[in-house]
Amino acid sequence: MWRDAALVAGKDLRVELRSRVTTNQVAPYAVLVLLLFGIAFDQDRPLLQQAAPGLFWIAVLLCCLLAVQRSFALEAGDGARDGLRLSGMDTGGIFVGKAAAIAVQLVGLEVLLAFGAVVLFGTDLRDPALLVVTALVATAGLAAAGTLYGVMAAGLRVRETLLPLLVMPVVAPVLLAATQAWRSALGQSTDGGWRWLGLLACFAAIYSTAGVLGFGTLLEEV
Amino acid sequence: MRSPTASRASRIVGLAALVTTAAVVVLGGWVSPPDEVQGPLVRLIYVHPALATYCYVGFGLSALGSLAYLWPRTRSRRWDRLAGASAEVGVVFCVGTLITGSIWGRASWGVWWTWDARLTLTALLLAVFLGYLALRRSGGEPDSRAKRCAVAALLCFIVVPIDHEATSWWSTLHQGDTIGKGILIHGLQLETMLLSFVSFGLIFTWMLLHRLALETLEDRFESEGVVAAIAERRAEGRVKAPVPPASVSAPAPASPPAGTSYRGEVKP
Repeated sequence: MWRDAALVAGKDLRVELRSRVTTNQVAPYAVLVLLLFGIAFDQDRPLLQQAAPGLFWIAVLLCCLLAVQRSFALEAGDGARDGLRLSGMDTGGIFVGKAAAIAVQLVGLEVLLAFGAVVLFGTDLRDPALLVVTALVATAGLAAAGTLYGVMAAGLRVRETLLPLLVMPVVAPVLLAATQAWRSALGQSTDGGWRWLGLLACFAAIYSTAGVLGFGTLLEEV
Repeated sequence: MRSPTASRASRIVGLAALVTTAAVVVLGGWVSPPDEVQGPLVRLIYVHPALATYCYVGFGLSALGSLAYLWPRTRSRRWDRLAGASAEVGVVFCVGTLITGSIWGRASWGVWWTWDARLTLTALLLAVFLGYLALRRSGGEPDSRAKRCAVAALLCFIVVPIDHEATSWWSTLHQGDTIGKGILIHGLQLETMLLSFVSFGLIFTWMLLHRLALETLEDRFESEGVVAAIAERRAEGRVKAPVPPASVSAPAPASPPAGTSYRGEVKP
């Protein structure tokens, strides 16, 4: 399974690297979202600093939707999806590979967004260990849930509008827990940030397990 | 006019629902005493908990139907129809729960909405099942759609136990169960509340029976086409056969045009 996962992740990341959609389109979009938040909050710096963790994770969530849609759009042309199904690879491995590729792209975008939040909102990053661990676990959960719902919506005529409706409510616990953990890491709350990691880890574990078990059934039906 | 989704069972259940609902309205609205603290506001207890309970029942049935569909030994389109119909009725009850809860919240907490764990999770529950219903309506080959919807329903159901246990796991404004580990009301209030559960159960069953019949008709419509459905209605003598003009002699097509379904999708 892990070998197949590495093959699929490598393939998806190579396609992204060559097409440069993430760097040329999704990354500028992510920064634009941060700018729009600044405009919407009337450049009120204290308010932006207070809301920065939530705004950061909303921006990540929006980027996640784009990354998931892109990941399954790659398989739509030239019978690539049939090729994937006929390849004989472990379906759990395909799921892990696609989720890993999405997670790698999201981590890159999160670094960019964190830099943007520091520059644009004046956010002070205090507890880097908590920030990094939260980001990694939350990204794993987002990528797993996104991949699972992405394959559900793939191949449907209404996939562009259906995917946000499916994914947004499901990933609400990630938004809540990651925001709270980051608020703690930025010194905005005395609530133990590390305890929110438990919720994030549970979420990632549930959707990763569901993905490994159910992805094959869903891929057959796309 | 007779409803095409009505059956003997649905008529009996509907009548029983009507009688018990009337009894709940009379008992809950006039006969049962007001609460010492909440006054007449307590009468919402004859609506809100029953709505919430049958919302969970609807989503639970949807998950059970989905599980039975995914299990190869029990795979049948009937289970898929049960999953879809019960989720839809569950969504209606969930909306009712949120509306009645909001009215109760406004009167007792002073706000229509608060970011309490129970309320937020119920709103999320509604959102995930709305997504599920959207997925059901997204078209595609019926068996393939049924399979992907079954997986989605099982994932959506994860929220139900978390929502139910929210008042125990977190400190919430929302009170715990009135009838659960202990019974917190007595006398006529308790009897009326129990009757409300019977009444809403019958309403739920009545809606589910109609929705199941509609799902069956939709499935038949999809597989056999409108022509067969009209032919059957004519055979029942409820739809008059149109008199063809003298110049037209070609018979109506017996099946949908090849490569199309009546949901307007072009089959591959």
